[in-house]
Amino acid sequence: MAREYFPVLLLLGFVVMNAVLIIGVSALTIRKRPTPVKRAAYESGIPAIGDARERFSVAFYMIAMLFIIFDIETVFMIPWAAAFRQLSCSAELVGGMCPAGSTSFFGLGEMLIFMAILVVGFVYVWKKGALRWD
Amino acid sequence: MIPVHALLQVVDRQAPITGYTTYIVFSIIKLIIVFTIYMLSAALLTLAERKISAWIQGRHGPNRVGGRGGWLQPAADGVKNFMKEETEPGNASHPLFSIAPALSFVPAMLVWCVIPFGSPLPTPWGRVDLVVADLPVGFLFILAIASLGVYGIVLAGWASNNKYSFLGGLRSSAQMVSYEVALGMSTIPIILLAGNVTMSEIIRQQSHSMWNVLNLTTAFVVFFVAALAENNRVPFDLPEAESELIAGYHTEYSAMKFSLFFIAEYANMVTAGALMATLFLGGWDIPFTGWDNAAPYTVLKTILTLGCFLTKTGFFVFVFIWIRWTLPRFRYDQLMSLGWRVMLPVALGYIAVLATTLLVLQAIGIHPGPVHSFILLMENICILLLLFVMVDEGRIVSPAYGRAQQARIVRLRARSASRAVTEGAGK
Repeated sequence: MAREYFPVLLLLGFVVMNAVLIIGVSALTIRKRPTPVKRAAYESGIPAIGDARERFSVAFYMIAMLFIIFDIETVFMIPWAAAFRQLSCSAELVGGMCPAGSTSFFGLGEMLIFMAILVVGFVYVWKKGALRWD
Repeated sequence: MIPVHALLQVVDRQAPITGYTTYIVFSIIKLIIVFTIYMLSAALLTLAERKISAWIQGRHGPNRVGGRGGWLQPAADGVKNFMKEETEPGNASHPLFSIAPALSFVPAMLVWCVIPFGSPLPTPWGRVDLVVADLPVGFLFILAIASLGVYGIVLAGWASNNKYSFLGGLRSSAQMVSYEVALGMSTIPIILLAGNVTMSEIIRQQSHSMWNVLNLTTAFVVFFVAALAENNRVPFDLPEAESELIAGYHTEYSAMKFSLFFIAEYANMVTAGALMATLFLGGWDIPFTGWDNAAPYTVLKTILTLGCFLTKTGFFVFVFIWIRWTLPRFRYDQLMSLGWRVMLPVALGYIAVLATTLLVLQAIGIHPGPVHSFILLMENICILLLLFVMVDEGRIVSPAYGRAQQARIVRLRARSASRAVTEGAGK
């Protein structure tokens, strides 16, 4: 049913309105008196040298890429977990329970194969040193 | 136009609300009340944090504004932040600099809407479920919205054009995405047990059998640590490590924009506490009794379950604050190493172990109940003991100085020595 989603939209509107209101009202109440020193970047009292947006460690990119892979794996696991009871039962569920003697290892086996592939990738990444941070 | 007659219809107090208008009206009421409570609790938490830290360190804490308790301190801070001058670096990118606090604030205030906070309330217009939106995909919604919070932080760091902010933003993004993997995976066992991703179903499953903190202790431990890291709390507060990065991503922020980051941080903390209470401590379920879960629903039940939920959430929030003023901070490489090399394999392995156990228990005919929970609990204790011995490496159980194996110490020394040499050669 779509009606459960409606309060979320309401709340989104309400929260965005609040954020805009807070920033807007504070823009009215505060008085800005900028001086060159105030407008400088704060770097512990030492005049800033150069721009902050420089090159940075490639490890951050690596983490971001690994995150995408593993997070998608997680998302794939959620439907499997939700359907696990039915997947591990060869007959129809009776009141949420599997009738005796009809246990099926299909669901578990499938996920173990999926996890094995994932683990192979994980071990490769580990051995390559992508997870080492120094 | 408000259709008054729809609100005046007398219906069964125990039946769910069917009318669309009534539903919307109640949604708006719940939304405004809970939003207000959230903002208030975020404000009061800033006071609680200072009071508890003072208590832990044997100081007084705020005691000037509003009597000895300093109860009006948050209000004074709020007013101050509205009146203070706001500075902005000249070379910052203005649009992003202004929008980043809002981007951090909005997801923080949006997440809680799927968390149920009490048993249904009977009203003359029908039964009101005490949750703003009981989405069928409740759990996925939380994961999705909570991860949006990282945008605000990264943009704040980048837009400030300050080296401290920039480093803080980068660190924060890498940390949050790393622990999000472990966080997501540690929740799969809950779904395995509940067979559903709706929050109210997860609570119902726990109230009928046993709380997940006993069934799935390993998942709880992983979730708790990952939640600390997701909220940038000590010992994982690397993004705003004062001694290294001043204030991290919000170094350049002042006045109300800083306040928005602050509110978002505390709101996230409350959400994390509420989430842990819901997923692992049975949400609003009162322990040792099935009385609160059965119809008919009464106002008394609602008040008691609400109190129960607030107690559990408050407990976790207190633990968060307690940890902050007790533990030192991790080093960044230790943080990443813990996230990827310990938390992720543990969470992944636990999914496989739990699924196998559930299947075996089903095959030998043990259905969810006391015996089922007991077996799971025993399994968890074994896993946790094993995990503790592996992670601890003889540091807590035996004193740090002597009992690490001599060969291991030699190996570690050799490794660090060779690393120092290669680093020097690289320059």
